[in-house]
Amino acid sequence: MEYFLIFVSAIFVNNILLAQFLGICPFLGVSNKLSTATGMSGAVCFVITLATVVTYLLNQYLLVPFGLEFLQTISFILVIAALVQMVEIVLKKISPSLYQALGIFLPLITTNCAVLGVAITVVTKEFALGGAAPHMLNLGEAVVYAVATSLGYGLAMCLFAGLREHLAANDVPKAFKGLPIALITVGIMALAFLGFSGIV
Amino acid sequence: MSKLHFVTDGFVKNNPTFVLVLGMCPTLATTTSAMNGLEMGLATMFVLILSNIVISLVAPMVPDKVRIPVYITVIATFVTVLQLLMQAFTPAVYETLGLFIPLIVVNCIVLGRAEGFANKHGVGESALDGLGVGLGFTASLTVIGIVREILGSGAVFGWKFISGDGILAFVMAPGAFLVLGFLMVLFNKYLAKK
Repeated sequence: MEYFLIFVSAIFVNNILLAQFLGICPFLGVSNKLSTATGMSGAVCFVITLATVVTYLLNQYLLVPFGLEFLQTISFILVIAALVQMVEIVLKKISPSLYQALGIFLPLITTNCAVLGVAITVVTKEFALGGAAPHMLNLGEAVVYAVATSLGYGLAMCLFAGLREHLAANDVPKAFKGLPIALITVGIMALAFLGFSGIV
Repeated sequence: MSKLHFVTDGFVKNNPTFVLVLGMCPTLATTTSAMNGLEMGLATMFVLILSNIVISLVAPMVPDKVRIPVYITVIATFVTVLQLLMQAFTPAVYETLGLFIPLIVVNCIVLGRAEGFANKHGVGESALDGLGVGLGFTASLTVIGIVREILGSGAVFGWKFISGDGILAFVMAPGAFLVLGFLMVLFNKYLAKK
């Protein structure tokens, strides 16, 4: 039950893009076409899950026992940067087709604040779901949270890319062209997602 | 006097929010009120100026291949310094801005200025550039915060001048996107170079 609540709340209620504002830059950057949006979502999903597991373990077994929590920011960003490099090298070797699909998005992910955001959130924030007492996530819950968050990222990204493909074909007033109309569209999407609040 | 344009460029010509469209996450997330926007802007400016100074000093010594990791480490160091300072002296502000203080590390404005300006210019110019871009970012965030606070709770900097609850949606997530979108339209129409 606990896992299910985390799952639903991370995808719909606290959607990482539309409610938490993490990872907006790549969201606006690559959502012009549905195909690039799915590629980016796949890469983000992969890296967020991996990075969350590694940083969670790093925090639990290295930083906390030695009282080095203040190094979280700096160590996490270095771990993420190294991880992204490694994923790129490994993918290139073992799965060239997946590398072809995700490759160009991987370097962009280091500076995607969704990755660092999720990694910091799971080790610092207490979660209170379904009326239970607030508690820190254990490793299993952290993984579920990371996977669900990145699915929510993919959902919002693909929905928005679909909308944006239609926007491109329309005649928009000059001052609204490009980003402004995109932001207003996201705003209306976020209003729709507000409807999910309260279900968990 | 000739160096003054490094500071003023950050406001309109190179405005980080409305022209370069960088650092969108804190822009949207922390501007629930004018005060929050202002504080977030100043926090970013602190990191921006110091990292610009240090990067302009070390850039000639750093091999080209490892420059990005080096820049990120410098930026992360100053973010950690900022976190510790804020926890000590302004714990309430640190609590409100929360996650977005550590996330200054991945704010593309800071890395963007390091890569695009500080590694090619001297210390003084880099510091002025950090100040200018930081002030431009602070100004944009404060303006967005003012608009959202007026619409959302009928107040400016906590001073309430419209009684009643206001339009709650503007304090919540959708309002952030809508306000930024419409402000960008106004900016394009009246301020941007034709």
